[in-house]
Amino acid sequence: MADIALRLPVADERPAVNSWIAPPLLILAALFFFPLALIVRQALTGDGDVLSIAKFASVFASREFHHALGNTLTIALAATAGCLVLGFVLSVLIAFTPFPGSRVIARMIDTFIALPTFLVALAFTFIYGSAGMLNESLKALLHLDLPPVDFLYSQWGVMLSEVTVYTPFVMRPLLAAFSLIEPAQIEVAASLGARPLRIVSRIILPAALPALVAGGSLCLLLTVNEFGIVLFIGAKDVITLPLLIYDKAIQQFDYTTACVIAVVNVALSIALYSLYRFVVAYFGSRRAGLV
Amino acid sequence: MPADLAGTANAVPAVVRVGVERAADRSSSGIGFEDVTVAYNGLVVLDSLTLAVNPGEIVALIGPSGSGKTTALRAVAGFVRPVRGRITIGPRDVTNVAPHARNIGMVVQNYALFPHMRAEENVAFGLRARGAAADVIRQRVPECLRLVGMASYAKRYPRELSGGQQQRVAIARALAIRPQVLLLDEPLSALDAQIRRSMLDELAKLHRELPSLTVLYVTHDQTEALTLADHIGIMRDGKLVAFGDAQSLYRYPPNRFSAEFLGRANLLPVQALVATGGGMARVRFRDGAFVARNHHALPDGGECLLCVRPHDLCLAPPDAASNALTATVKSVQWQGDMQSVELDVDGHLLRVSCAPMHAPPSPGAPLTVHFSATQATLVPETMVRG
Repeated sequence: MADIALRLPVADERPAVNSWIAPPLLILAALFFFPLALIVRQALTGDGDVLSIAKFASVFASREFHHALGNTLTIALAATAGCLVLGFVLSVLIAFTPFPGSRVIARMIDTFIALPTFLVALAFTFIYGSAGMLNESLKALLHLDLPPVDFLYSQWGVMLSEVTVYTPFVMRPLLAAFSLIEPAQIEVAASLGARPLRIVSRIILPAALPALVAGGSLCLLLTVNEFGIVLFIGAKDVITLPLLIYDKAIQQFDYTTACVIAVVNVALSIALYSLYRFVVAYFGSRRAGLV
Repeated sequence: MPADLAGTANAVPAVVRVGVERAADRSSSGIGFEDVTVAYNGLVVLDSLTLAVNPGEIVALIGPSGSGKTTALRAVAGFVRPVRGRITIGPRDVTNVAPHARNIGMVVQNYALFPHMRAEENVAFGLRARGAAADVIRQRVPECLRLVGMASYAKRYPRELSGGQQQRVAIARALAIRPQVLLLDEPLSALDAQIRRSMLDELAKLHRELPSLTVLYVTHDQTEALTLADHIGIMRDGKLVAFGDAQSLYRYPPNRFSAEFLGRANLLPVQALVATGGGMARVRFRDGAFVARNHHALPDGGECLLCVRPHDLCLAPPDAASNALTATVKSVQWQGDMQSVELDVDGHLLRVSCAPMHAPPSPGAPLTVHFSATQATLVPETMVRG
């Protein structure tokens, strides 16, 4: 009797649940899967109707693709490493060496995440650009004709901008992880003779590792796909995959090549996102003592 | 014996005991507080504390929350810096020494084991931090784990240990560095009552095996303090209001707060004190007179408090010269191995603890209780150093 009573509502609710899922699925399909399918189809058929991977082969063999892929990975990995180092140091300072205003800074991190990425590139142009504050000041001070600081319009400029923009994405989970470390652990470690560097490396870093890896994976994912900063900096030789797609599609009207590169970019993003999810799940399980 | 204590009943191997003890002898030091004041943003939380913990002694600091006892311990550890005064460990002034350079062992309420390290790695942490040689670490880690009965749990992570086991590892970790002093900050508070009693016995046993280890023990639990401590300091509002050996402080509390905080006490306001010699005095209460110990040599003619512990009140006269007092029964509570009777004497509450009665008195009935003059103490309302 109890079984019947329990089963009946489930049987009644199932169609209702399905009907609720349908509208968001339709919207997702229309807005995301359909355009994505069109891109894949264009990449595989080109302007004809025959499926072929010939275009993939020719794109993979091209120097500009190699160059863009190399740039994308170099910038993404370097910027992620920079974000991890800077994010960790800043988070440790904010969390463990409280100073006046540290709480305000911690809250500002959220605001920073909400800002459009190209704003930083714009700000850097004002500061480090050829006619920026720094170069103008140095030229006046040292009586120079040419701007002495010339890194902005290169990979370094892109990396610095991305580190500035994406460091808060590492800091946010790190600060949350730091808030879970018992202050008593740090005090006991100090009482046992550990100096601050040892405490950071042996107590704080292991506790923060899941957050660090998760934040780093997210950074890597975002920097691989970064478009605004690279476009805004406008460095001559710095062509990344997103920029190459833009160039092929908008400037050269070569939609098939653009779609092939887009498929590669999407595959790379999905792989990185899978890595991110795996890391989060793995460390989440370890924290719960399951792994 | 609870499962987590299994293995601890075994005698500590002599070689371990001797090794750890010799090391403790070499480093045995007292702790000195000289007029130590600690303030947070101008708010004084520890006020002019002057106290000496002798080498090899256990001193318990007890008091309610916010009394400053933990602040005193943290000042010794170096986690708070006094605004005034001086702290010494042995002959060394450590007031401005960084925590890592003080050579102290510390055990806290929530164990604070490092969760990503196995028990043996936790114990080795302090040795590694001090740059101990690998063979020293190999020898001392199992030695300390054996001392606390945790040798067979060396490979386990903290999450795989019970609360009592974690606390044992925390103690082993503190002892491994052979500290000059051991600071225990409410180390048993997070344990349930049964484990706490066992751990209390274990701590007492540990100190018997390491008699030269100086221990500063902070607790709000009077039982822990009375069981373990050679001397007890009672703190209130950042001040040390009483200090003395555990038995004297219990029998002859130097003020009302100490009498009420350390054990349960019946306190009756009495007048017209007259010394009768032999450390005794006669006082008046209502129309009657009592004879009690005048341990604090209170002056004649004054007012003070008569302190009698609940278990010193009897229903029959304990001796020929005992005091007697008639009161009204307020309530009777059976508590298993004892009976608690609450009495009302002119608006003053009086508690009696006695063996279970076959025919307990009814509430509202008159009852005469007796107490020996030697078991009653005259206590001043305000502070007298014990």
